[in-house]
Amino acid sequence: MPKIDRKLISKKDSIVADLKKIIKAENVLDHEDQTRPFETDGLSAYKQKPLIVVFPENTKEVSEILSYCNKARIKVVPRGAGTGLSGGALPLADSVLLCLGKFNKIIDIDYKNRCVVSQPGVTNLSITKAVQDKGFYYAPDPSSQIACSIGGNVAENSGGVHSLKYGTTTNNLLGAEVVFMDGQISRLGGKTFDSEGYDILGLITGSEGLLCVITEVTVKILKNPQSVKAALIGFSTIDDAGRCVSDIIASGIIPAGMEMMDKSLIHATDNFVKAGYPRDAEAMIIVEIDGTKNEVDEIIESIGNIAKKNKSSSIKFSKNEKQRLKFWAGRKAAFPACGDMAPDYYCMDGTIPRSKLAEVLKEIKRLSKKYDLPVANAFHAGDGNLHPLIMYDSNNKLALEKTEKFGAEILKYCVKVGGVLTGEHGVGIEKRELMCEMFNNTDIQQQIKIKKALDSSSLLNPGKVYPILRKCAEEGRVHVHKGKTRFPDIPRF
Amino acid sequence: MSTKEKQDSLTFQDFKPIEYPKNEKEVSNCIKRFYKTNTPIEILGTGSKIKIGKLLQCGKVLNLSGLNGVIDYVPEELFIKVKACTPIKKIEEELKKNNQQLAFEPIDFGYLFCGKSDFGSAAGQVACNISGPRRFKVGSIRDHVLGFRGVNGRGEVIKSGGNVVKNVTGYDLSKLICGSYGTLVAITEITFKVLPLPKESKTLIIHNQKIDKGAFLLSQSISSSNDISGAVFFPAQTNIPGCDTDIQKIFQLNDLKHEGSITAIRVEGSKNSINERIKNLFNELKLTNLNVSILDIHQSEIFWNKVKNLEFFYNSKNNVFRIVIPPSECAKLVYEFLNKSKFYLDWGGALIWVEVSELSEQMFESIRKKVLRKGGYVTMIKHSKYLPYVEDVFTINKDLFNISQSIKKSFDPKRILNPGKMYTGI
Repeated sequence: MPKIDRKLISKKDSIVADLKKIIKAENVLDHEDQTRPFETDGLSAYKQKPLIVVFPENTKEVSEILSYCNKARIKVVPRGAGTGLSGGALPLADSVLLCLGKFNKIIDIDYKNRCVVSQPGVTNLSITKAVQDKGFYYAPDPSSQIACSIGGNVAENSGGVHSLKYGTTTNNLLGAEVVFMDGQISRLGGKTFDSEGYDILGLITGSEGLLCVITEVTVKILKNPQSVKAALIGFSTIDDAGRCVSDIIASGIIPAGMEMMDKSLIHATDNFVKAGYPRDAEAMIIVEIDGTKNEVDEIIESIGNIAKKNKSSSIKFSKNEKQRLKFWAGRKAAFPACGDMAPDYYCMDGTIPRSKLAEVLKEIKRLSKKYDLPVANAFHAGDGNLHPLIMYDSNNKLALEKTEKFGAEILKYCVKVGGVLTGEHGVGIEKRELMCEMFNNTDIQQQIKIKKALDSSSLLNPGKVYPILRKCAEEGRVHVHKGKTRFPDIPRF
Repeated sequence: MSTKEKQDSLTFQDFKPIEYPKNEKEVSNCIKRFYKTNTPIEILGTGSKIKIGKLLQCGKVLNLSGLNGVIDYVPEELFIKVKACTPIKKIEEELKKNNQQLAFEPIDFGYLFCGKSDFGSAAGQVACNISGPRRFKVGSIRDHVLGFRGVNGRGEVIKSGGNVVKNVTGYDLSKLICGSYGTLVAITEITFKVLPLPKESKTLIIHNQKIDKGAFLLSQSISSSNDISGAVFFPAQTNIPGCDTDIQKIFQLNDLKHEGSITAIRVEGSKNSINERIKNLFNELKLTNLNVSILDIHQSEIFWNKVKNLEFFYNSKNNVFRIVIPPSECAKLVYEFLNKSKFYLDWGGALIWVEVSELSEQMFESIRKKVLRKGGYVTMIKHSKYLPYVEDVFTINKDLFNISQSIKKSFDPKRILNPGKMYTGI
């Protein structure tokens, strides 16, 4: 992480006083007891209290805070609901944590243009709830949708179960109001499709709070499908399940969702919610199809046939909405079910080509033995996004380190088979050091240059996504002797 | 002075105005050379869309047409990786063998610019990011680019994205490259997301509706759960000065009646599903007493190809521009100032294509102001010989201009890649 600016910390009182001039005094929290709840996000293994927490109430206040911090060279970490799993909202000791919790209103529901304008602190699920009475919904549905904020979704480009058919946040976002580090407020996009000039909206989506602070979003809403059905298919080998997933896609079917779970997770979730899963199966997939009634029936039937060809050990089709939801109940409880099995779990997030599912699963199994840590696997199989859940006990001090090494090996393997480090959770601090597995020095330099173009002093969420070490070498802070650095084993790109 | 240096210098007889690199390494070497000598270069693919954007006067042209060919295509992984200037036609043929497609419907601008098909290359489509009629359902070109490789203004090879749909590793530079008209990088490789070809398609045509009713029907059908994939409105216009508005000449189809305006809704999928959805649309849009016809799969395909390829403006000698607005504003906008122009609505009213014979820069700017007030933007696509120059082809405000300038600088600090193609100073 960036070096702590102790001089700045010593000026805390005057910074607090200045911030209280910009926003209401009660919206500035500076006592240790007040800042402690914000010391971590969804990646709870890392904790750090911020210097000060601020809760602006409108865009003007955000702009003034950023402008002030920019001039005073104070680091700012933006935070939505704090549900991110890669440590993107982890505070720094010398930072102002800018929370958008008070931006919690839906501003406009525009059915004529099929969009919703919302403040960033509104939860993902609230958007669907606001339009469901007219039969509409917002498509991206990360598992944390009950708690995660729409602004955070934009920052992380969140996906969900239905992203294979309906895309991730970036494909469902029409516009945003953002504030850059120098305090400039800009509107990107609007209620129209695409926008002219550089796609800055596309650039900031998934930029993990490094480029700007989002103060308003406009998202697309869709009409609910007429009919939805799901199939629950068990397989006696992982290879068969993996092949079935590939065959479904190759046959020209794009399911609304296609999830896969391995044996240990089938058992864990079935114990947890009694979902009626095939307990003898080595792997299980849930395929969901939506559309018109006839269309859904036709496709579900073809899926049954493809499953049989791939030696499925059991097939169940949902007969009604209650049964469909029951199929999903287990999958949706995957994380708490793991929480029930071990004191802690570490959720990974790589994406791989679908055809490599079985190969990667076998490698994860091998690594599980090597590290002597149990692992349960949940996949968004349709789009090749894996979530291996490594179970460990944080009371054992060495366990976290071992778990992280295990996780890193899984992600490196994902890249090796042609995949990527992260599908939807973001890089944050968690996968920062692994960026060199995917990108070379020039690629990273280009990305850092973009960051500097929009935040010249690198004050907005520093230390995330891009490794600091590489930057040190670049800026000459690492001593290079005769072309050799000290500690050559540390990755510096 | 070396031969290479003489070939780069305008004052020598050996001067070579066009470079034809054959691979990424050669592209990188060329740009590195131009970076050193501060030489502005025009990046060119096959030149099918060269007239979109501002005209360039660069010392050198970097013709990328030598970068051609499919690198990797795995149908079951739903992606195709191609070299920059692989013809779109070739990609579509390759995909069709596996019943797949580029779902954003690449537009063939050849009909508009030279009266015959000229689809252009993959990189050209990406650089312009102008998508076809299916845009409102599946997204635009930028939603279908999974990753790319290219050379920035320093001559460095950079990459972003990958071959998979779900990817949040690092900034999504693919989005930035789409619609950047070659001003950020010279693209060398693109990975597109591909999707299955629909089994069948049918088109529901409602005849002789006024624009507000037509636009209402399009909006209602998109807002329904019938998953439609095309929504256009062609008005019945006569006596538009200097424009040929004869729809009949363009859409000669057995089942298409020519009785006033055309409101067309495309439904794609399996046969049963299409019939079910058309039946639903009949009820939901209350079409029973209206003049309606249905185009079968063959006619439907011909109809939408003509729409997509802008054949309505076939070889036009006039000014053609596009207006993108919130769909609810389209009818009002037409009544306000487009009544005397040749136009049609696409994307269910979110896009208006316009042709006018007489247009001055001031008139164009006044249209832009009105559109901006409604939350949209205007792009000049083709101008007539009577309007040889438009200062602002694209719409931008001062704030975004400054940000765009910083972004441009981060890729191309000496501003040598297509300088001024989009905006003066970028």
